[in-house]
Formats: sequence, structure tokens, C-alpha cells
Amino acid sequence: MADKRNEIWVFGDYRNYFQNRVTLQLLARANAIAPAIDGLVCAVVLGHDVGEYVWEYGAHGADRIYVTDHPDLKTYSGDLYTHLMVKLAEEKRPEIILIGATDFGREFGPRVAKRLETGLTADCVGLEINRDGLLVQTAPGFGGNLLAEIVTPKARPQMATVRPGIFQEIPHDDDRKAEVIEIPLPPDIPRDRVRLLRCEYRPGRDQCLEDARVVICGGRGMGSKSKFKKLFELARLLNGEVGATRPVIYSRWADHEALVGQAGRQVKPRLLFSFGISGAIQHTAAVTDAEFIIAVNKNPHATMMKMADVAIAADANQVCTALIKELKRRLKSS
Amino acid sequence: MDKIELIVCIKQVPLVSELPWDPKTKTLRREMAEGMMDPAAKHALEAALQIRKVMEEKAVAGKKKIRITVITMGPPMSEEVLREALAMGADSGVLLTDPRMAGADTLITSKILGAAIKKVRPDFDLVFCGSAASDSETGQVGPQLAEELDVPAAAYVERLDIENGHIRIQRLCDNFLETLEMDLPALVTIPPRTFFPRHVPLGGLQQSFEGGDVRTLLAADIALSPDLYAAKASPTKIVNVFSPTAEKENIRLRGAAKKVVEELFRRFEDRIGGAAGKDLKISDLKIPE
Ligand SMILES: Cc1cc2nc3c(=O)[nH]c(=O)nc-3n(C[C@H](O)[C@H](O)[C@H](O)COP(=O)(O)OP(=O)(O)OC[C@H]3O[C@@H](n4cnc5c(N)ncnc54)[C@H](O)[C@@H]3O)c2cc1C
Repeated sequence: MADKRNEIWVFGDYRNYFQNRVTLQLLARANAIAPAIDGLVCAVVLGHDVGEYVWEYGAHGADRIYVTDHPDLKTYSGDLYTHLMVKLAEEKRPEIILIGATDFGREFGPRVAKRLETGLTADCVGLEINRDGLLVQTAPGFGGNLLAEIVTPKARPQMATVRPGIFQEIPHDDDRKAEVIEIPLPPDIPRDRVRLLRCEYRPGRDQCLEDARVVICGGRGMGSKSKFKKLFELARLLNGEVGATRPVIYSRWADHEALVGQAGRQVKPRLLFSFGISGAIQHTAAVTDAEFIIAVNKNPHATMMKMADVAIAADANQVCTALIKELKRRLKSS
Repeated sequence: MDKIELIVCIKQVPLVSELPWDPKTKTLRREMAEGMMDPAAKHALEAALQIRKVMEEKAVAGKKKIRITVITMGPPMSEEVLREALAMGADSGVLLTDPRMAGADTLITSKILGAAIKKVRPDFDLVFCGSAASDSETGQVGPQLAEELDVPAAAYVERLDIENGHIRIQRLCDNFLETLEMDLPALVTIPPRTFFPRHVPLGGLQQSFEGGDVRTLLAADIALSPDLYAAKASPTKIVNVFSPTAEKENIRLRGAAKKVVEELFRRFEDRIGGAAGKDLKISDLKIPE
């Protein structure tokens, strides 16, 4: 008997640990929204020798898993995966398709949506079901300074790519077992128009800044290299990492590795100090996920000051020095 | 190949040093919408210009004609970015502007751009797009345009070479450094990383506003079907827009450094200490002997 429940699909993006994590996060979110639309959480896994992932997705909340396991799929291919995903979606008609907003997902998702003639919301940071049973997709714009709530009222499936790290995965549970449906590789599969000549794994640069719970960012307003150096001492006292804006990098007060922004790293600390930074969108885009922001700037009207939880209108260097002194005093007294 | 047609899709985005957000009315302040060329698209144009130069140097003089056409869809003022592109070195510009195109989401945008390319450069070889525009940041139009044109595509391209009817690419995708090859025609998207845009000479900019080959196409000129009138045809609808940063308390402190730091700790020592994983409380339990 056919299952009449609305299928919520999660694309199994497993190529590396990080990609696999976002897949697990999406399975968790799919489980959370499923009851509101009588949904069935499904994972779609394409590749070769993917049994391990099929088992893992079952243990992390998938009710059903569609698998195409074939040697021709042993490397990731945007062209072939698009073809297979579209074909399967046309047949099974899922209500929702969620894809991790990895580099691959953000290239693959749009192509699937285009072929299915449906809407797609990019890099979502929120997913809810509204009173009409529609998926409300919250997506950032203008570097996270604005959030838009987007729905796809008529076209189906409703599709979203979703930012990694937003949702909490369901703990692994071996007793949870999914129904596994094998989909053979269709015979009429087109030739891959993109030839992969070489593929090298580049272990990610260290993630110290990205993972830091305290980040101290300094900008041009720190004034000089020697003054900027004090931020490192402050960071040491707070178990934090130092980030910088582009002018700081250009002036060689800090290494390029420290660049925070559109061209550099994205941070999401519990506490962000921002010293002498104007708040250009190319920088702020990468700090809007900070939980609490303390900004110091001579100019109270600077954009960075407006987006701070605490905005201190003062000289950045003097405040930094006073902070170090006060921290030392307190750390000694305890 | 004795002729190569390169196309660059460019978006004009609001120039935002300040977020044009009005917290009172909770809307974007349209009057502040001064425009600029989207940074990623500008890198895409630079990539096209560099490829043209390399190919011209390789070719026997005069044998190859490499033409760069820039296309933008937007309100009439977006013509500015086409003029800027001409000043950088593009050969001609196409402005797609029509109220019927307004409010297009990425699906419809890709269809309109595709229709325009098929109309003005049906024999295109390579299309360049920015990897994601700085305003809406979807990064979806490039891949969707490739679908519309039914050509192979690669996103996040950092190096490329055209040789004998195909293109060789290097790109970084989720920690994998990939070398790819595709037959032309094809599409690439360029991130704002490796192809740093040249400076536009002021004189050249002036010239491109005076002369310069820019044509305007309306919906009717590309035979846009009424089914595709953008606002209605777009499958996605925005139901609400808000600013998360505008919702913060934004406590203001000022005065001498020592005093503000004292106040900061008085009010937020738990938060600072909690994030740092250190106890920053002044212990007042030190009983004098
Ligand atoms: C394509 C592109 C990509 C970019 N990518 C990035 C990126 O990834 N990261 C990035 O950071 N930038 C990037 N930028 C640059 C960005 O636009 C800004 O120029 C940059 O962020 C500004 O850095 P800043 O705030 O340190 O300097 P400024 O904008 O010069 O601001 C300095 C601030 O310090 C304050 N100040 C001065 N003196 C003092 C003092 N004594 N005490 C306290 N405050 C003081 C001033 O009031 C001012 O607000 C990019 C630009 C482009 C075009």
C-alpha cells in the first residue's frame, strides 16, 4: 500500500565530515517539522559504497532512504546527481527537499530546482511550518543584516539550501532503522558533461577563528601595528582569537589568516569585541552570528556601533589597555 | 574557432556602507539605493578580460575575434554598471529593463537572462556570472542559467584556460581542489577572490557614457511570454523582512577608558567570563587576617 504521507527529503551530502554533519542536522530539522504536515523524513543517497551513510542516516532520524549505489557514481558529479535527483523527485513527488548549503549543495540545489520549475531559498537559517502548512524559509541578505521569510505557495517541491551549524543533530540511535529503497541506476543516464581530471583533498585551514568562543577583532582604528599587538594579549587573557579587517591586513599589522569578512573567515563566537572597525558590509557579513557584540569606536554613529549589544564611544587603544589591566587585576584576585 | 563570444552577466547592487534599513517602517529605504557593480560580477568581468588577453596573445595576429558582451537585468539605472563594464574593456552591453521583469526570483531571472542570450548571442561560447551577489547572496542564478541554456557549468572557478573548443578549470569546492574540463559552450561562476578587477580610468568611464554600444531590450524584444512576467511567475514569495541587528538593545557607554571598562565589568562580567571560561568575579571573600 502506498504511503500517503508527505515526503520531506534530505539530500545525503557525505563527501567529508563537515558536509555529512549538515546532512544530520537537516534530518533532525526535518523530524521537527514533520508532524505539522504529516511528513515522512526521507534521505536520498547517491554514490558508490555508501552503505555506511545509509546506516548512519537511519540512526540519525531518516524514516526512509532512497539509495542509488553504482560504480559510475563514485565521484561527486553535479551533472549526474542533478539528473538522478530530478528523475526521482518527478516520480516520488516530495513535498519538501532540503539540501545542505555546502559549496556542492549551493551549486547542485539551484539546478535541481530549475529543472523541477520550483522555488529555492538559499542558505536558510530557519525553517518552520506555518498555519497554512507551508514551509517558511528564513534567509539572510545584505550580509546577514536582513532576514527574509520566504514561502513557495504553489510550486512543489518546496526547496531550500540550509546553512551548516544552525540545527542540532539527533543523537545516533542504533535502534532506529530506516526503510531502505534501492533505486537502480537508470539505463538512459546522460554522459557527464564535466570531466573531472583531478581532485585533491585540501584539509581545511585551521578553524581556530571560526570555532573560537571569544573573538577580538581589530580595525584601522587601532592606529598602529604596535597598538594592534595589544589585542593579542587581550585575546590570551580571554582565551580568544584575534581577527582583523582588510586595511589591517594590507598594513601588515596581522596575517592574512586573521581576515574576517566576505573575503576571509566567518566567525560565530559567544562574545565578539570589535575595536576601531567602521562596519563595512564586507566585514559585518561575517560577524552577524556573534551572540554578543561589544564595539569600541570613536565615532558613535559607525555601523559597527549600531549593530553592537554594547557600544562604547571611546578610543579603541585606551579601552583595550584598560581592559587588559582590569582583567589582570581580576584574574589575580580569584 | 575564428570567433569567440564571451558573455558576462552583471548585477547592480545597492552600495551599502550603511544598511539602508529603516527600523521604524521595517523596510529598505529605496531612496538610498545608490548602485554599484556587484563585486563578484566585477571579478567575473575581470576573468573574461584576462582570458581575452591571453587568447589574443596566443592567436596569430588578427585571426581570432574575441568579443565580450555584458548583460544586466534591472531598473533603468542599472545601465551604469554596463557603462562601467565598457570602460573596463567589454565590447558591448545589453540592458534588460521592463516593469514586467521586476520582482523576478532566481528561477525567472535565469529564464529572462537565458532568453536574452539566445536572442543577442545565440552562438555564445562561454558565460561568466558572479558566484553570488552581495545583496541577496543566493548564488543561484549562474547554475540556473546554465540549466536554461542547457550547457555544462562549474561554480567557484579560480583559474581557467580555453583551448580547442573546451575549457579547463581549477576550483575549490568544499575542501576539494578540482581540475575540471568541459566542452564549449559552457558557463562558469567566479567568486570575488582571484580575479582582482582592474581600476577604471576616469577618462574611460566618461567616454563610455558618451559613446559605447549599449542596447536596451524590453520584455517584448525577447518575446517574454506573459507566463513569465516576473512578479507573478516567481514561485517564491517574500512574506516578511526584518533586521536581526536592529532588535538588539544597543547599550551605549561613553567616557574615560578606565570608567567604561569598570562599568562594562560591573554589568557584563558574567557574560565575558562565561564566554572566556574564566571566573572574573572579584572575590570579596578575602577576609583580612
Ligand atoms: C570585494 C571586497 C571584499 C572585501 N572583503 C573584506 C573582508 O573580507 N574583510 C574586511 O574587513 N573588509 C573587506 N573589504 C573592505 C571593507 O569594505 C572595508 O574597507 C573594511 O572592512 C574597513 O575596515 P576598518 O573598519 O578597519 O577601517 P575603516 O573603515 O577605515 O574604519 C576605521 C574605524 O575606526 C574608527 N576609529 C578611528 N580611530 C579610532 C580610535 N582612535 N579609536 C576608536 N575608533 C577609531 C573610525 O571611526 C572608523 O569607524 C572588502 C572590500 C571589497 C570591495
